[in-house]
Amino acid sequence: MVDFNVRLGLTPTDLELREIQTKRPAEFEALSADDSPELRLVEAQFAGKIVSSRLFRGEKTITVKKDKIVAIAKALRDDQETAYNYLSDLTCVDLLKVNKTEEEPRFEVIYNLYSLATFERLRLKAQVTEDDPTIDTVESVWPNANWNEREVFDMFGITFNNHSDLRRILMPDDWVGNPLRKDYPLGGEEVEFTYNVRGR
Amino acid sequence: MATTERDLKERAIEAKLGAGVDVQRIQDEDRDLMIVNMGPQHPSTHGVLRLVVELDGENVQKATPHIGYLHTGLEKTMESMTYYKALTITDREDYLSNLMNNLAYSLAVEKLLDVEVPPRARRLRLILNELERIASHLLWLGTHALDIGAMTLFFYTWRERDAILDMKEMLSGVRMMTSWICPGGLRGDVPEGWFHKVGKFVDIFPKKLDEYNRLISKNPIFVERLSNIGIIKAEDAIAWGMSGPSLRGSGVAWDLRKSNPYTGYDEFEFDIAVGQNGDVYDRFLVRMEELKQSHRILVQALRDVPGGPVMTSDRKVAPPPRAELDTSMESLIHHFKLFTEGYHPPIGETYAAVESGRGEKGYYIYSDGSGIPYRVKIKGPSFNNLQALPKMVEGLMIADVVAVIGSIDIVLGDIDR
Repeated sequence: MVDFNVRLGLTPTDLELREIQTKRPAEFEALSADDSPELRLVEAQFAGKIVSSRLFRGEKTITVKKDKIVAIAKALRDDQETAYNYLSDLTCVDLLKVNKTEEEPRFEVIYNLYSLATFERLRLKAQVTEDDPTIDTVESVWPNANWNEREVFDMFGITFNNHSDLRRILMPDDWVGNPLRKDYPLGGEEVEFTYNVRGR
Repeated sequence: MATTERDLKERAIEAKLGAGVDVQRIQDEDRDLMIVNMGPQHPSTHGVLRLVVELDGENVQKATPHIGYLHTGLEKTMESMTYYKALTITDREDYLSNLMNNLAYSLAVEKLLDVEVPPRARRLRLILNELERIASHLLWLGTHALDIGAMTLFFYTWRERDAILDMKEMLSGVRMMTSWICPGGLRGDVPEGWFHKVGKFVDIFPKKLDEYNRLISKNPIFVERLSNIGIIKAEDAIAWGMSGPSLRGSGVAWDLRKSNPYTGYDEFEFDIAVGQNGDVYDRFLVRMEELKQSHRILVQALRDVPGGPVMTSDRKVAPPPRAELDTSMESLIHHFKLFTEGYHPPIGETYAAVESGRGEKGYYIYSDGSGIPYRVKIKGPSFNNLQALPKMVEGLMIADVVAVIGSIDIVLGDIDR
């Protein structure tokens, strides 16, 4: 791949500001099962699938292993107490440049859930490794995951098993690479003029 | 060569959709379908939406939206800027509700930083947001009517929308991309005479609203045209992730201003407008009622605007006043640090959402402890609303598709980001 950063003449202050900066430590705490029906539910039905749970600024996050994600999603939707019937957002984060241990996987697929019954929010995360970037689709639980998962597939290159229509959505069909991965350079797009490719 | 009936039909469709339409026909034993490519440069698609519709005669069998023509990688861009600079990107994303995007982003960053916003800033944010909602709905009203063929209204709504843009200009010098709401408060206080201008607008607005209603809402042709098309049931609308007026048109009374109040919406009285049938006319009525309710909020909010500063006094977030720089070394350091490195939220992640003109507009921010957001995800309401479009238009006539697109009020900048 061309070294786009050099080619575009971008300075370290633009791209490496993150590395040279001092970083503030974490301030989150563990989520307690007493005030979180979601954690109780997942713990009861899917023991051993929970990786971690956090409470940060009043926002609940539960990280799980990816293999039972559809069942967990379904349980969270159908349970009377949690009733997360609205998939507010589905996205992904590439943890390549975050300080983490070797064992921690590179990707986290993030489900921002909302309940139209209790008006509560929950962030459900599923860990996806770099070697096996696949996860089951939650289309059967929340149909609007369709486009959101296509976007994650397009931007991060994560394949969703059993997805009904897994194609690129925002980038052109013949695009190479996944733009929102952290090893994909900023400004990596070649400027296209009509006749700048030989033989075209 | 004689002109067949089918040729005439095809010509009629072409004439209807205007220039830039590709038509292709699939003809075999059991079907005779015509594939029509609507957009991406079609005026009724509100930007660069491309819709491939399969037609049997004039009936839509299937509609497939193709998006991404306006994709500019805003999320990637934001992930390379400091938090303060990334604010300017939010304006450019859903370009009809700039201040609401600013607010959603600011709320997410403020949650990360754990800063309090002074009461005056909170109230001004609310006033600006409601003005923006009115401006956004007015643009929708004008263009929706224009799509259907009622041209006059467009000029009326544009006149009022312009008055709101004038207010934004008076406030910031910019008519659209103001970035005026920023993490910590507002960039500056309102200039002298601004409240007078807003007050004058609020006084005349009910009269103008009556004018629109007289012109169009009860017009039998208009009502007939919009009723019973583009129907989506409440449970389908929820399943497809619709939000905002498009969801409320189906009878789901969910408004983030009521359910998860932010920036002081819980202090005011207003009602959530809901429809019954979930058709295009219901969504139209919901937005018309929202204009009225926004006015009602504005009247209450303008009554007693609290005094005081409009920016938090936390020097780790807000730059110190210019005068302090000459006398205080501390201030100079803060000023320098803020504009080179920016502020440093702790490691963590937040999601904040506001009710924009189109629905739930949210920002998800993942912080790795540095001055640059590690990951920003923009949740655009139009993205999910558009996803439900095929469900609404299948089985309708081709001419109704235009009305349905207008009724979900999409902004392509919000979809493609």
